[in-house]
Amino acid sequence: MADSTSLPVRIWQFLTFRRGGKRWHWTDLFTYGYLGLGIFLMFGPVVWLVLSSFKTPAGLLEFPPTWAPLGQVVVEVEGYEKPLPMYRVTMEDGSTKDLAQIRRIGIISQMVDPAEPSTKFKIPIKQREPIREFRMAWENYLDPLERFNFLSYLTNSVIVTTLATLITLLINSMAAFGLSIYEFKGRNAVMLFVIGTLMIPITVILVPVYLVVTELGMVNSLWAVILPGAATPTGVFLLRQYMLTIPKDLIEASRMDKATEWQVYWRVVLPLAMPAIAVLAIFSIMWRWNEFLWPLIVLNRSEVYTLQVGLNAFQGELDVQWHYILAMTVVTLIPVVVVFTFLQKFITTGIASSGMK
Amino acid sequence: MNSELAEHSQFKDAETGQFNPKSLIIWPLSQLFRFLEWPMKRIQNLLGLGTMPYIFLLPNLCFFGLFVVLPLFVNFAFSLTGGTNLYLDERAFTGTEQYAFLLDCGNYADPLSCREDRFWKGLLNTAIFITLQLTFLVLFSLITALVLNKKIQARGFFRSVYFFPVLLSPVVVALIWKWILLRDGILNAWLVELSFDKILFFVSPAWAMFWAIFISIWAHMGFYTLIILAGLQAIPPDLYEAAEMDGTKQERIFWRITLPLLWPNLLVVIVLALIKGVQTFDEVFVLTGGGPGTATQFIVQYIYNTGFTNQIQNFGLAAAASVILGVVLFGLTMLQLAATRWKDNG
Repeated sequence: MADSTSLPVRIWQFLTFRRGGKRWHWTDLFTYGYLGLGIFLMFGPVVWLVLSSFKTPAGLLEFPPTWAPLGQVVVEVEGYEKPLPMYRVTMEDGSTKDLAQIRRIGIISQMVDPAEPSTKFKIPIKQREPIREFRMAWENYLDPLERFNFLSYLTNSVIVTTLATLITLLINSMAAFGLSIYEFKGRNAVMLFVIGTLMIPITVILVPVYLVVTELGMVNSLWAVILPGAATPTGVFLLRQYMLTIPKDLIEASRMDKATEWQVYWRVVLPLAMPAIAVLAIFSIMWRWNEFLWPLIVLNRSEVYTLQVGLNAFQGELDVQWHYILAMTVVTLIPVVVVFTFLQKFITTGIASSGMK
Repeated sequence: MNSELAEHSQFKDAETGQFNPKSLIIWPLSQLFRFLEWPMKRIQNLLGLGTMPYIFLLPNLCFFGLFVVLPLFVNFAFSLTGGTNLYLDERAFTGTEQYAFLLDCGNYADPLSCREDRFWKGLLNTAIFITLQLTFLVLFSLITALVLNKKIQARGFFRSVYFFPVLLSPVVVALIWKWILLRDGILNAWLVELSFDKILFFVSPAWAMFWAIFISIWAHMGFYTLIILAGLQAIPPDLYEAAEMDGTKQERIFWRITLPLLWPNLLVVIVLALIKGVQTFDEVFVLTGGGPGTATQFIVQYIYNTGFTNQIQNFGLAAAASVILGVVLFGLTMLQLAATRWKDNG
């Protein structure tokens, strides 16, 4: 869509658009309704997650919940060790006063005026209303970095994603090169084999792969997550289909120039196959970053957890600390949002053209 | 596909000088390639040009062999043995006992009458889940694709609105919704506002199943919408123009032109969703943990629990169950291949 029209005009066009003729058709209303509901249902939960992740534990406990992250105002009062929470109190005579609460006994709360700490008040709790201010609880994001293994989960996830993607790109593109450039005995058999492995998801071979990984001594190491999924049949298939379109003359010409096969592969064919490689790279990053079941099985010690496994462990604890979980979920989400915003076209084209994800 | 991909090849940083995210991946790889140049040259000189394709295939095939083909056979071997040892040579051969145990039922319509009732409960739950999830997944994907295929403004934006959850991790999806559905979550706050009672969604089996289905549709709908949308856009526009000229009603156009021409695509979507649906685990496991009780425990979770979490790790039983799952998936994949062939050949 050419962006020659200005935004307000386009919004107006959008709002008044009708199918075909001049009169409203029921399908126009349906379209609006559906798209509106779509924005609400799809974005709403994520927005709610992000908003909630900035609330203090006390803020999260509030029912009904507030939209914005509000925290109760606290003040330092002379003679008291901890900062005291502020309340707006309706006094006997109907006037209102801002008081700090010292302690609460049953339905009576003991309060003090921060301006003159010597006088104390006894106020029924019905007459007080917490004073709140807009406050982002950044500590939800900062604490897990120090107090839990969160930083190591993050590092593990980054290591797994990076290494696995590099290995996948290397060996898949090599295989695709072998299958697309050469005519050799058994080529069709290998191709059939690749398509065959496409049909065997990890869910079907959990136990024996676990055995293989154990035999190789990789349980509780990141290699156990990186290696088993490195050779992806979808990747080989996607790259091969693309490499088949590269003109054979080009390869012959470089062989004439005394290029070795390895040089033909990485200096001639790979650069030409870059669009397909990019699609596979994005897919691989997504797969690895989001992988859950297999890491859950082979990683049993907290130091080697990836983000996904770590998050699951946190939410399964008896005393669920939602303020940390929400913040960590947001952190887990960020790379995906970044990748999606910048590379959306690659992803959608890749899916639409290959029918895989 | 290729022409569409080629459109993006103008991602050249050399000319624009702009940051190119691809270079992050290219740089380490090119170092590795340079490093391998000399050994690969030696190999080529030593073995000759004829063996080079095998050399290129070797690493990938080693991985396939070690992590896919070997396990496939070992899995079968596992399913014929008993005991709790992981190493095959320490396991007792039991023949088809594991299968007999899994399939031993008084009455196949009632999971509770089976010796391994958790397996059958898992199968039944998966069947219920699949039936409902598939129906509504395909229905909503189709509606969304039809809406997005209309001449609406900001189509790209709306497409990504429906698509982005596809990229979220299952754990994130489950946590986002769990936070909404908790006892004191925002959904219950709204129910109270509308003067209903709070609902404990994770205590009621029916509600837990409902949300498992809902969330799975929420997360995956965009993917199938995209495939259907591609199918819709492949329908020749002159067919619609001709129908418009004849004054054909919209409803009739849909039933007589859109649906018949879209049907092959739809079939691929259905089978694809079926294959994924049978393997559902991640989102539901994080959301409900399979509960309440075993109300949302599916077949993959049964395998996971049996082999990896129970006190006694019953690898043989887990392997037998996964062989059965494998057979089912094999059948479905054959169906998929047939559907794809039918789509491509028209």
